[in-house]
Amino acid sequence: MYNYTDFDDSFVRARTAQFAAQVDRRLSGALTEDEFKPFRLMNGVYLQLHAYMLRVAIPYGTINPHQMRTLAQIADTYDKGYGHFTTRQNIQFNWPKLTDIPAILSDLADVGMHAIQTSGNTIRNVTADHFAGAAADEIEDPRPIAELLRQWSTDHPEFQFLPRKFKIAITGSCTDRAVTRAHDIGLRMVRNAAGEPGFEVIVGGGLGRTPFVGATVRKFLPKADLLPYVEAVLSVYNMLGRRDNKYKARIKITLHETGKEELSRLIEARFAELRPLFGGNDQVLLAQITAAFSTPDLRKADTSAFTAFYKADPLFRSWADTNIAAHKNPDYRIVTISLKKHGATPGDATSAQMRLIADLAERFGHNEIRISHEQNVILPHVHLSDLPNLHAALRGSGLETANVGLISDIIACPGMDYCALATARSIPVAQDIATRFDELKLEHDIGPLKIKISGCINACGHHHVGHIGILGLDRAGVENYQITLGGDGSETAVIGERAGPGFAYGEIVPAIERIIAAYLEKRTDPAETFLQAYRRLGLGPFKAALYPDEAKRDAA
Amino acid sequence: MSRAFSPKVVTANDMRSGDVIYLTADDQWSPLHAQAELIENEAHAQLRLLDGQRAKNAVGAYLADARRGTNGPEPVHFREAFRTRGPSNYPHGKQAEQTHV
Ligand code: HEM
Ligand code: SF4
Repeated sequence: MYNYTDFDDSFVRARTAQFAAQVDRRLSGALTEDEFKPFRLMNGVYLQLHAYMLRVAIPYGTINPHQMRTLAQIADTYDKGYGHFTTRQNIQFNWPKLTDIPAILSDLADVGMHAIQTSGNTIRNVTADHFAGAAADEIEDPRPIAELLRQWSTDHPEFQFLPRKFKIAITGSCTDRAVTRAHDIGLRMVRNAAGEPGFEVIVGGGLGRTPFVGATVRKFLPKADLLPYVEAVLSVYNMLGRRDNKYKARIKITLHETGKEELSRLIEARFAELRPLFGGNDQVLLAQITAAFSTPDLRKADTSAFTAFYKADPLFRSWADTNIAAHKNPDYRIVTISLKKHGATPGDATSAQMRLIADLAERFGHNEIRISHEQNVILPHVHLSDLPNLHAALRGSGLETANVGLISDIIACPGMDYCALATARSIPVAQDIATRFDELKLEHDIGPLKIKISGCINACGHHHVGHIGILGLDRAGVENYQITLGGDGSETAVIGERAGPGFAYGEIVPAIERIIAAYLEKRTDPAETFLQAYRRLGLGPFKAALYPDEAKRDAA
Repeated sequence: MSRAFSPKVVTANDMRSGDVIYLTADDQWSPLHAQAELIENEAHAQLRLLDGQRAKNAVGAYLADARRGTNGPEPVHFREAFRTRGPSNYPHGKQAEQTHV
């Protein structure tokens, strides 16, 4: 993986020292909160409901065992022994004291990690397909481009005070695991007629209070033009983006107010100006970066242990059926370690679990670890013959749940258990749904299903693109949950449809059960997924199941 | 005035620890909601809010609805109730500290 150069290292250390001095001045009273807030936000420090929160970037979801152990040590030393992995491939520590944050940042700098631009109106952590570099369906590993974007965007003087935050996602596969259509810029690798790799550039996607699927402004951008093109998009947005109204400041609104045609024209015009200025330096840098992302030396070994265990051990079989994916090498698999044990907090890992993951990545995974936007951990390169031992090592750790892609593999934002902006809780809703469907022993029968929960309209839990989305609101001082159906965050992205009036906290699990019962009854056969059934049937039958009294009234 | 004033407390977060704190009648900050000053008059509320906002060690002071309870002021809204306890997924925050005293 990419290791910091001396330049990167001294940059991060200088930033850490600068922020430590700012914290000192805050503690002494020399800085007021109003003065300090922009500084802390530039360094990933939020104030939540019960405490400060530190958001640390895991760029394009890639982290090594040594870094993972440092996160564990930080969790033990300065926090409450755990961390929360988020939908933006960050980790959040929920309980740091302001006085400890400089020390935490210094520990992070020791292992090439930081919290820069994890907040504020800047270009945020670039997210990527969590199977990058390993997926069987990949054209190329997108992470060298993601690293190039990170280096370019970090402290880029022109883009430190954008109209609003700016999020870029990238995938090298035709299967979109990075939700590229719901980002300010989504980059999807495609091939042109000549078979050369390049990017489809999608602009203006976003969730939040006005959800939009992004628009394609370039069907094929040659790989070598990527950086000047992205800079052109940012440059146009920086000029046009609305600074008068925070709720209209994202590029998705710029797109809709300016029109796709005109925006594309402006981007192309700016690109024509910028492109000659790059002079090939970005490509030299990209070539150096790319060398750091080579695939590890994969082993050639006998795979019969896998087949034998698969036949003999039903627990292993169930785990292998849900938690492993195809690797570009047929003797290897990509393993998803679920952070969604039934009843546990989605995305949370204890320090002991982090250390176990680090150990297992060393023993079985060529030292590579990824964090997914679905709040799970990936070991991208595991030889088939190592899978039984890996599974055995996970057992008893709370990391062995066989539920990836199923109803209990829920994305949930922190909601009102932590977040100061929340209008309702989301974590306990996720816990209750997972626990209930585990009791019913139905989840494998239900099959692929994505539930996503947000605790307010900001939509950090991606509820708009959940097959079932749940949005927690405050209705006259009581928690109330709105359901959307049919959302999809993949290459066939759509924003879900609102099903109808919301449900009280105590009614939400039964409501989900009614949706699932309707699906099980109406599906043509077990191979028809929830999303396929929804697309065939529309909202009607699910609405009838959700609001049985209304359905009765209408029939009368 | 047309609408009756609903009682308030001044609450904030501690600048160092981030912990939820409440302004007391004698100008201290307490971690306990029940020790907060219950403010029943609008003009006084605005003054106390200014006091809270000026305090060096408090961040983000605001007025939150509260009502008189048996042991002192109690929160009205569920958000404020959560702030008196901590998260619901772990026994962390005030709920942990309080059972330890
Ligand atoms: C202190 C905690 C957090 C705060 C204050 C916060 C704030 C926000 C705000 C204000 C928005 C709306 C932006 C807009 O529409 O312009 C937003 C969107 C979003 N946040 Fe968060 N968030 C927090 C935690 C998280 C967490 C934990 C995650 C990941 C689980 C996350 C991921 C996202 C995503 C994916 C979006 C929607 C995509 C978009 O930007 O349109 N955030 N957040
Ligand atoms: S969706 Fe709302 S409640 Fe959830 S983390 Fe984002 S801002 Fe907080």
